[in-house]
Amino acid sequence: MSAFGKGLLDGLRVTAVNFFGSYFDKGRKERLFTYQYPEERAPIPENSRTFPFLVADDPNDPVGTIRCTACKICEVECPPKCIYIVMDRDEKGKPRQRPKVFDIDLSVCMQCGICVEVCPFESIKMDNDYEKARYGRFNELVEHLPDLLKPNAYYHRIKPTEAAAVDAKLKAEAEKKAAKAAAAAAAKPPPKPAV
Amino acid sequence: MSAPVVIETQTLEVSIGPQHPSTHGVFRMDVVLDGEVVVKLKPVMGYLHRNHEQLAEKMPWIASMPYTDRLDYFCSMSNNWAYALAVEKLAGIQVPERAEYIRVIMAELTRLQNHAAAVGFLLSDCGAWFTPVLYAFRERERILDFFEAVSGSRMMCNYCRFGGVRVDLTEQTLAMARGIVERFPRFLDEFEKLMTENEVLMARTQRVGILPKALAIDASISGPMARASGVEYDIRKVDGYGVYPRFEFQVPVGETGDVYDRYMIRILEMRQAVKILQQALRDIPAGPFQNPAVKLRNFKIPAGDGYGRIESPKGELGFYLVADAAGKNPYRYHVRPPSFINLTILEDMCLGHKVADVVVILGSVDIVLGEVDR
Repeated sequence: MSAFGKGLLDGLRVTAVNFFGSYFDKGRKERLFTYQYPEERAPIPENSRTFPFLVADDPNDPVGTIRCTACKICEVECPPKCIYIVMDRDEKGKPRQRPKVFDIDLSVCMQCGICVEVCPFESIKMDNDYEKARYGRFNELVEHLPDLLKPNAYYHRIKPTEAAAVDAKLKAEAEKKAAKAAAAAAAKPPPKPAV
Repeated sequence: MSAPVVIETQTLEVSIGPQHPSTHGVFRMDVVLDGEVVVKLKPVMGYLHRNHEQLAEKMPWIASMPYTDRLDYFCSMSNNWAYALAVEKLAGIQVPERAEYIRVIMAELTRLQNHAAAVGFLLSDCGAWFTPVLYAFRERERILDFFEAVSGSRMMCNYCRFGGVRVDLTEQTLAMARGIVERFPRFLDEFEKLMTENEVLMARTQRVGILPKALAIDASISGPMARASGVEYDIRKVDGYGVYPRFEFQVPVGETGDVYDRYMIRILEMRQAVKILQQALRDIPAGPFQNPAVKLRNFKIPAGDGYGRIESPKGELGFYLVADAAGKNPYRYHVRPPSFINLTILEDMCLGHKVADVVVILGSVDIVLGEVDR
């Protein structure tokens, strides 16, 4: 048992070291760890995720080159059911393989990223933009198709490694498909003679 | 000789919470006081009930994984692991070795940051106003940054998958983890110097809120609380799940079971967790991090039931799952939350103490209301 009050003084020494240490460059980084947001921002890791967005290949024609085919897998798999999709159809009612309506309710979305994992077309990805404050709680927090569409270049900017891997995968798939189509065309039997 | 003077006193019923900083969330205590001494205490729970179990029964197996993050939001990695373990047990899924190591690393880092925050808040409840918490949070911040770099989110990690984990650890993230583990003992030394031998802390916590060993066993208390009362029970040792049998570590056990023991046990457990982390980071093998046979979509489980449990930082966290013939979603999904069970003993610990001690005793239980109410 040490002298009464020694523990107290030891503790005070620790706080004093921390307090004065924060004034010197050496200890500054160790001890002052608060970011003075919004003047100063923490670096965002590449894996960081906030809300989903949709990838479009051509920035000039985002709706035309959207990767989403409105298959509704993400709508089904989303745990809190925050996604609402309506498929686009032409005048005859034939599906156009792209969404007419794609809404994400940000007040319901819990940023789990399961939609990204289940998407077979690499079309929905997680953004890392965290400044989503709005002036309302209801319709203001629903993001529609034009808000969600972001060009592939944006995806490359926020997540370079992941986007490069996705591009390579899509390219390989397209080449495989093209090769298969060419093989099928070469092996195509001559058209049946008309009866 | 005159008879001793008896003063008639009335008891006073005080409601502490649900919005009270000492209650660590929306938790209420109905305390009946005789003067300043507690004669009756009734915990009132349920303010944060979110229907977790029933929700999970309506959803595919994987869809509950992000919800388990929200049970005990300090240790989402451990919660993920407990749920994944229960499902893997039920479905008979093998987990690759690297994934087991990654899970151990994540769970032990979770233990570090949970215990650091828990003792920080306990000291804050004692009146060491926020200095220990901020020192603990400074360290916790580095661990959360690591979690974000790996899983994408600081607290809601959603990291484990059935048969593995979602993202592999790269060389950079492993180096990050090694850096954290390297500097953590230094933080612990500083932290202990700050408070452990403080006379005020000793006066406030020693012989306060004693939980006898027999009562701890009878009330099925688990985790650091049980070990502080002298119950040598650690599921990492008892079950040996994952790759824990390969690591060398000790289970610290307390003697009296008072608040000070619970504080000390958490400090010692952090030291042991650092030891496990050093071994895990040294031995982590290369290889796959996810069992490729397990699909994410249309995941089905043969009918049956199973209970998977892990030693979460707060105690025994278990998931009891029943799969029916369809096997698409759980027929029954039950969580055994450690802090809820540990909270049931609160009255026995508080009786006879002053009302100011109730706050300290509650802080030593280390509750998270997301888990208590589910």
